[in-house]
Amino acid sequence: MTDKTHLDEEALAELQDVMEDEFDVLIQTYLADSRTRLDSLRQTLEAADADAFAKSAHSFKGSCVNIGAPYLGVLCMEAEQLGKAGNLAAAPAIVDAIESEFAEVSARLAVFGGAS
Amino acid sequence: MKVLIAEDSDSDRLILSAFVRKLGHEVFEASDGIEAVALFADVQPDIVLLDALMPRMDGMEAARQIKALAGEQLVPLIFLSSLSDASELARCLEAGGDDFLVKPYNRVILEAKINAFNRMRTMHRVLSAQRDQIRRQNETMVEEQKVARRVFDNVAHTGCLNADNIRHHASPLSVFNGDVLFAADRPGGGTLIFLGDFTGHGLPAAIGAMPVAEIFYGMAFKGFSAADILREINRKLRIILPPGMFCCGAMLDADFKLGQLRTWNGGLPDGWLVRADGERTVIASKHLPLGVHPPEQFSASMTVLPVVPGDQVIVMTDGFPESSNEQGQQFGEAGVRQVLDQLQPGETPFHALMAHIRQFTGKPEAADDLTLCALEIIHQEQYQAQNDRPPESALFGPVDWHCVYEVRERTLADFNPLPLLLHICMEVPGLRRKSGEVYTLLSELYNNALEHGVLELPSEWKASPDGFGHYYQERKRRLTETGGHYIRFSLSHQPTATGGQLQVVCEDSGKGFDFARYFEKVSEMQLPSGPRYAGRGLEMLKRMARQLRVHGRGNHVELVYDWETTETNDGVEPGHNETLRIADD
Repeated sequence: MTDKTHLDEEALAELQDVMEDEFDVLIQTYLADSRTRLDSLRQTLEAADADAFAKSAHSFKGSCVNIGAPYLGVLCMEAEQLGKAGNLAAAPAIVDAIESEFAEVSARLAVFGGAS
Repeated sequence: MKVLIAEDSDSDRLILSAFVRKLGHEVFEASDGIEAVALFADVQPDIVLLDALMPRMDGMEAARQIKALAGEQLVPLIFLSSLSDASELARCLEAGGDDFLVKPYNRVILEAKINAFNRMRTMHRVLSAQRDQIRRQNETMVEEQKVARRVFDNVAHTGCLNADNIRHHASPLSVFNGDVLFAADRPGGGTLIFLGDFTGHGLPAAIGAMPVAEIFYGMAFKGFSAADILREINRKLRIILPPGMFCCGAMLDADFKLGQLRTWNGGLPDGWLVRADGERTVIASKHLPLGVHPPEQFSASMTVLPVVPGDQVIVMTDGFPESSNEQGQQFGEAGVRQVLDQLQPGETPFHALMAHIRQFTGKPEAADDLTLCALEIIHQEQYQAQNDRPPESALFGPVDWHCVYEVRERTLADFNPLPLLLHICMEVPGLRRKSGEVYTLLSELYNNALEHGVLELPSEWKASPDGFGHYYQERKRRLTETGGHYIRFSLSHQPTATGGQLQVVCEDSGKGFDFARYFEKVSEMQLPSGPRYAGRGLEMLKRMARQLRVHGRGNHVELVYDWETTETNDGVEPGHNETLRIADD
């Protein structure tokens, strides 16, 4: 697993094992949550609310690492650090990166779910 | 276990709940701090997993409120966090968290932590339960001691410890320190004081003190002599106390009428008789403590000292000389002597000793485990004035009877029949409040019959301090030669309209003596000051009895004693009292 790993399939397999029938619910919940958080990132960025931006990124980071999307988690952490530093100049680029990585993760999760 | 999970991220909460359920626990879910606190109060979970960052109320605040709700109970609180900043993690613990769990969740670590905290929680619960039990037991013990103290007070009561001429210092729970102090009025007048100090503390000492109180008050009330009471206490304690436990004690028997003090000290520090002029006589321990010797080896022989009003008698437990100051030095018996040496005019030994011990120990309330008692010798009249017995309610009982009781041979030396005779008379309802007078009548008749009749002792001897000692020595010797002698009491009681009439006939086997002359001589013995050892008794008999007749050679005395149920004090009519009382109402 490198920093660029999109999906930690081992972690996902363990989740699948523990969650059993609820695994699909978990994936759907994660995807819905993530969309909400992505919207929140965009809105707080537009409002230039660095603090709220950091908090959204922080929560997003947590759920990403738990579900097994490490690279998305890393991107979220970078966004969180920008927010905490109060410097949102580089933030739009990071949000774009998060958005595209999320699309990647979503696609892979669909495949993972379909394969199960 | 019941596990509360508070986490705003739906997916994270799903994962964690699944993990915890998989470990076999019951899960309750909350999605923010406010929900978490409400749910905590509702389900009282055993462990709480709490996200640090949540909307509405964050984890830190929720942690504080949950810890407050939990009170004394230990509810482990584990923060869930993707925080990586060490200082932020530390803040979670400062807010009341016990540990944290970092995302991504690891099942193995989660299980290990839950198990570790469960062990801690169980241990805390066991310790709390034990602490509560100890606390309850301690409360129960203190409560029981208070109840025991009340029971003990009912048995021991205060007797006449509150009399004006008795001063004492004793801790309120002194019975649990092993100290006891009793005082009783003798039926014939005078005061009896017993001070005891049991070896050991707490319950055993208190239990040992109970029968001593019963014996003391019961026997004193019935007119037994101090020596008889000591013998009985010793016999009882010898039976009930385990080996190695005993009771040091001192008995003071003050007869204000005769101006006589009898003392016995077994194992207590020196007591003192302090004269008004400062001169003093030691009341040293001459006996082993009570409960040590079997009855046949026990000596209740008492020291007899002539006393006059104003004399002070002091007795104390060893807690007094053993009181120590901040440097650990003891006050000592030498300290007691020094205080008594330096008594100022008008200063009582009791107050001087208490003032010095307070100063010495630096404790204004003195120590808990010392008892000090002082008895002031007073005039008989003063004693009677402060000793007015309240009337008893009318009871049914024997009012019309006759009995004859004869004491013979060696029994004259070994046995005092007065308690028995007094007991028979006290069965008459209403007569109990006259017990002092009845006892005086009986004891004067008996002592005359024994000492002047049977033993042929001349009462003039008692008029001087030298003769006083000689008299008692001779009395003791002659008591071994009572063969062929007797003293016979014939008692009759009849009810009258206002009370009753007690007729007492006392006969003895002595040669008799010229009673008429004896009386005259006694009347002439008007000693201007100092104690009068004899003669007062017969004068008093004449005054109390309606009729006093002496038959034959003076060895047959007959008296008639009238008594009334309603006291007519100082010319106040009984009806008058009644009217006054009604008017007050």
